[in-house]
Amino acid sequence: MLSAADAITAPSLSLGALAPLLVVFGAACIGVLVEAFGPRERRHAVQVAVALVGTVGGLVTTLLLVGERQVTAGGALAVDGASVFLMATIAGLGALSVLLFAERSLDPARSAFVAAAAVPAGSPRDRELLTAHRVQTEVYPLATFAIGGMMLFVAANDLLIMFVALEVLSLPLYLISGLARRRRLLSQEAAVKYFLLGSFASAFFLYGLALVYGATGSVRLADIRTASAAGGTDVLLVLGLGLLFVGLMFKASVAPFHAWTPDVYQGAPTPVTAFMAACTKVAAFGAILRLLYVAFGTSEWTWRPLVYGIAIVSMVVGAVLGLTQTDIKRMLAYSSIAHAGFLLTGVIGYGGGADGQGTGLGGTMFYLLAYGLTTLGAFAVVTLLRDGDGEATHLSKWAGLARRSPLTAAVMGLFLLALAGIPLTSGFTGKFAVFRPAIDDGAWPLVVVALLASAVAAFFYLRVLVLMYFSEPAADGPTVGVPGLPTTIVLAVTVTATVVLGVVPGAVLDLAEQAARFVG
Amino acid sequence: MDTVPADGLLAASWLLIALPLAGAAVLLLGGRRTDRWGHLLGTGTVVAAFVLGLLCTFALDGRQVDVDLFTFAATGSLDVQAGLLYDPLSAVFVLLITGVGALIHVYSIGYMAHDPRRRRFFAYLNLFIAAMLLLVLADNFVALYVGWEGVGLASYLLIAFWHERPSAATAAKKAFIMNRVGDVGLALAIFVMFAQLGTVTFEGVFGSVGVLAGGTVTAIGLLLLLGACGKSGQFPLQAWLPDAMEGPTPVSALIHAATMVTAGVYLIARSAPIYDQTPTARAVVLAVGAVTLMIGAIAGCAQDDIKKVLAYSTVSQIGYMFLAVGLGPAGYVAALAHLLTHGFFKAGLFLGAGSVMHAMNDSVDMRRYGGLASKMKVTFVTFGLGYLALIGFPFLSGFYSKDAIIEAAFDRGDGWGYVLGAVAILAAGLTAFYMTRLMLLTFGGRPRWEDGVHPHESPSVMTVPMIVLAVGSVLAGFLLVVAFPLEEWLAPVFGEPEGAEHVVAPLVVSVLVTLVMVLGAGTAWLFVGRREVPLTAPVRVSPVVRAARRALYADTVNESLFMRPGQWLTRALVFVDNRGVDGAVNGLAATLGGSSSRLGRAQTGFVRSYALSMLGGAVVVAGALLAVTAG
Repeated sequence: MLSAADAITAPSLSLGALAPLLVVFGAACIGVLVEAFGPRERRHAVQVAVALVGTVGGLVTTLLLVGERQVTAGGALAVDGASVFLMATIAGLGALSVLLFAERSLDPARSAFVAAAAVPAGSPRDRELLTAHRVQTEVYPLATFAIGGMMLFVAANDLLIMFVALEVLSLPLYLISGLARRRRLLSQEAAVKYFLLGSFASAFFLYGLALVYGATGSVRLADIRTASAAGGTDVLLVLGLGLLFVGLMFKASVAPFHAWTPDVYQGAPTPVTAFMAACTKVAAFGAILRLLYVAFGTSEWTWRPLVYGIAIVSMVVGAVLGLTQTDIKRMLAYSSIAHAGFLLTGVIGYGGGADGQGTGLGGTMFYLLAYGLTTLGAFAVVTLLRDGDGEATHLSKWAGLARRSPLTAAVMGLFLLALAGIPLTSGFTGKFAVFRPAIDDGAWPLVVVALLASAVAAFFYLRVLVLMYFSEPAADGPTVGVPGLPTTIVLAVTVTATVVLGVVPGAVLDLAEQAARFVG
Repeated sequence: MDTVPADGLLAASWLLIALPLAGAAVLLLGGRRTDRWGHLLGTGTVVAAFVLGLLCTFALDGRQVDVDLFTFAATGSLDVQAGLLYDPLSAVFVLLITGVGALIHVYSIGYMAHDPRRRRFFAYLNLFIAAMLLLVLADNFVALYVGWEGVGLASYLLIAFWHERPSAATAAKKAFIMNRVGDVGLALAIFVMFAQLGTVTFEGVFGSVGVLAGGTVTAIGLLLLLGACGKSGQFPLQAWLPDAMEGPTPVSALIHAATMVTAGVYLIARSAPIYDQTPTARAVVLAVGAVTLMIGAIAGCAQDDIKKVLAYSTVSQIGYMFLAVGLGPAGYVAALAHLLTHGFFKAGLFLGAGSVMHAMNDSVDMRRYGGLASKMKVTFVTFGLGYLALIGFPFLSGFYSKDAIIEAAFDRGDGWGYVLGAVAILAAGLTAFYMTRLMLLTFGGRPRWEDGVHPHESPSVMTVPMIVLAVGSVLAGFLLVVAFPLEEWLAPVFGEPEGAEHVVAPLVVSVLVTLVMVLGAGTAWLFVGRREVPLTAPVRVSPVVRAARRALYADTVNESLFMRPGQWLTRALVFVDNRGVDGAVNGLAATLGGSSSRLGRAQTGFVRSYALSMLGGAVVVAGALLAVTAG
């Protein structure tokens, strides 16, 4: 007994390095306690405060780690430039999402979230609660847990931790997708779909993990790298990589694993959609980059053609399917799929630098930040347009918006131009940042396809612009809500970032380039 | 070219441009709030610029002063510094532009008093003054080009000032497009300079133009000439200038007579070091000048529109100036002297024409004038003095400046010299003919007024500038040629005057010119003054008159050579665009849309089919990975 106890040595824990995760998860736990013991009438305000303190605290403690480069918690957690940059991005975008969640002036019932999720949709009690000012405030601790999971996901240096993080971030997302106050059945359907398919994807990931462990005898990324360098053509290892990849692609909504995206984006409450589109994408790509560069960097010629092909499929599917969408949330979902393809272009630009230096890593991280901010802003604008049935998401409702509300139309126009990648917006800089390493690495045909896909995708962004500016407003058009302080902050931040990252991106680009280091 | 850095007052010479520019900005951006005092501000800035220009010129003292401003563009090997060159040549132009400009601003206060858009008119005028000053003060070709385009823009805006009249809109478009043709020449000239010499500053280009091959210099010279022809309404780009008279009369006086249209003369005079290297280009300048001189004079004889006569006269007089600059060093000063005197008397004539139109309910048809001498005494006297100055009546300003050009032409000494001199003398006779005809139709004879026209003298805000310009028309020639010779003032730019060997004695030339002038005026009296003037132009006339009425078919030539083929080309391209390009684009769009709907069917909404697609994807991924590793 004694000797066995001696054999287990406690892993060294760097509290400083763990601080961001501790703060965020701590805030989430406090949120649960508040839910249990806090008085109902003050719960919403307290929960928002706790969630904001948690996410902003996570952001601040992450920023304190700048320049840190270590592997801690027994090798399970990597604190390096890339993880700090991505964790900060997630925490920041997470804080903005929490602000969107907290908006209380747009919906007449004072929240986008349901009053009591357990009441069956359409029941008399549900109709009674539709106008009640109560809110299912569990949204906040759940979202905080998801944010913590995402931050852990991008820092995980170990496949098991990565899997745990994947589940920590996924489960709350499944739940909060189903909490829309209006069109509840659609929302619940989305949640169930997301849950079923997500579990399916997790199973792939887990199976891949098992195969990789079988092939290499380790779940540490560094050990896998060593083992794959020794026997890179092992069928088990290759299959394991494939399955891990499938799991991650699902989260990143890359075609052909994208099928859930439009349905879930459409059904989920719009603030949650914004959160998913911005933060989940960052987390998933953070994990993809770490897995491919750190664990399989030496066998890059194995995954390269695959990523190449999948990038093309994703860009084409996203761009082409986006053309015929009539719902703005679905359209943005396909835009998200196309953008996942563009991001993979950056992943291709792997120059072979083991620590990520001089590769597409920096550009991809910049793209994630830029895209996250822009898409968050775009969904925030979607929450503003309302008719009797909640948000007016059908494109026909956007006709002539510029005449009803020039400011809203201008802001949405900016985001759409950024998503299309028009110069002087962050979207252009981001595309440039991911295409350049790909070209440097000889993948110019991929970039040509990406540019063609951008051109196709530009059509559906510009169509909304044309609708807003050059169409007659419909007689029974939607009203444009006056956003409260939280949404106003979000819009101000995202508009500023979209313009600044487009006009003077130098500083942030340099920052991302300097941060682009993996610790092995 | 030895320049010295600016000091004292000259360092502030950028204010010359900034003042009217600020005026234009305030008037355009201020909107209706500035309606009440806008014209006063607009006039004030130009008067202030004139005073400043006067002070700067006194401070100049024969130097060539370089004023460094800021870096305009620094990209790679192209480094354009925005700077001004204040030398005797630009000083002359600054005084002409701001002086005549100020008078015309004052006149416009009265002329435009009842126009609801008077503020905008002054804004455009200020914009023009600023651009024109930049044009003549620039110390490099790029800044000159900015000014060049600026005056083009102002000219376009002002010709189309009454854009509700289709003729004005068309005339503005015509002016803009024909100017564009010339501007392309200027732009290409600048490109060639930069490509060959790596610099676009006057100092750099003129300093090193000698190293270039003869062909290149000739190309630069010809391209500059093309630019000059466009702006100055010279053959073959002369057709826009008469139409430009659709603009308000002060515009015709300021832009299309006194200042902007002389920019071509300025450009060639400024580029003298280039033309010194290329006799070919210089000969073309001569030819252009001589041809235009005759075209303008002939066309002017048969017009019934008072402003058109003056416009063709302008074309013809600028032809004199081109002829003179084409003669080389001997002619530069003569050209500039004529440019200045012409600025006075032609501006005065246009203002007088405006005054007459003002009295005749804006009618421009001279056949419905007549007998105005007694009704409008001030206009008659000032106009008459301008007329005498223009036809070269002895000891008025045109007499001195035109004679100098004709003398310079004879002084070439060869056979061409005699030909050019003869052409210039003949044109002087034609000038006397058409101007006398104009005077007789307008002021002489019996009234042929339309019903309801009650001529009256214009208010003093209009007549005072006319009087000032009339005094200038009388005295300018004497002052510039005899009293304070322009030759000496411009010596730092064009070199010390040489005591030229005259081939034909100046006195002989003067007597000859005066005789021809009297002959021309007498012929006009015979044809017009003695007879009853028909109210409509006679239809049965000789082919010569018909050709002159249509300005020697310039429009016809332009239309059949350029406009029609251009329209055919456009139609062909539109056809290709509609059928070919649009077809391809629409086809592609339809294909994409179709595949979008077809692919969209996979999005069934059923979890089972989504899961199947994921499974399929996973199989493909695994298979692909295995294939890559095995292969």
